Amino acid sequence: MKKKNLFLLGTGFLIGVVNGLLGAGGGMLAVPVLNKSGMSKKEAHANAVAVIFPLSVISAVTYLLRGEVKINEALPFIPAGVIGAVLATLILKKISPKALKIIFGGFMLWAGVRMLIK
Amino acid sequence: MDIIKIIAGLLSGIIGGMGLGGGAVLLIYLKLFENLNQIKAQGINLLFFIPIAAVAISIYAFSHLIKWKTVLKMCLSGIPGCISAVMLRGALGGEKLGKIFAIILIILGISEIIKGFLLKRSGKRDNIKKE
Repeated sequence: MKKKNLFLLGTGFLIGVVNGLLGAGGGMLAVPVLNKSGMSKKEAHANAVAVIFPLSVISAVTYLLRGEVKINEALPFIPAGVIGAVLATLILKKISPKALKIIFGGFMLWAGVRMLIK
Repeated sequence: MDIIKIIAGLLSGIIGGMGLGGGAVLLIYLKLFENLNQIKAQGINLLFFIPIAAVAISIYAFSHLIKWKTVLKMCLSGIPGCISAVMLRGALGGEKLGKIFAIILIILGISEIIKGFLLKRSGKRDNIKKE
């Protein structure tokens, strides 16, 4: 039990650093961590969002305080994003994780290479 | 409103709502299509994620999927992590962070593809066992 707590605390810190440093990617780290801590895949995905939410609020405040971003710059994306999030909770149960991983993995690989050579 | 912005928001919401790195989708869009600097793109991404996550969590909580004790433990150490990232962010600067982000994307992309193919195999094995 203690080992599990230590594992959660250690990985939580790392997820916080990644979230604050890169403004993304915390969820992708949290899912396998939660999975390893004994949650089912579905639970791990849901709980990853719950872990990242307060961390994103804190990180976003640090960006706002340093003048690195303004709230209105994010507004145009939010309405469609909220609809997408609702859709996600509905299709999480139905979608094939295999196809999702391969498609999303391919997309990340393409984007990463493009960003490096840009 | 720009249709591409709507699509980028929608896709990011779907992937983010699944805890699969929706942040990556919007960040990629902001960097590659809107040519924003890395740190601004990251800030927009974080602000974008807050309402999306709030909606997703409410729905997951309603389905009793959230294990609050575990979430609390990870957040307790995650918050100091976020704060210490501020200094690191300042020290590294946008350009280096952009390269780090690109390399992480490549690594994660390859790992997701491999995991996807491995899942297919284990799925087949499960079916055989069931039969």
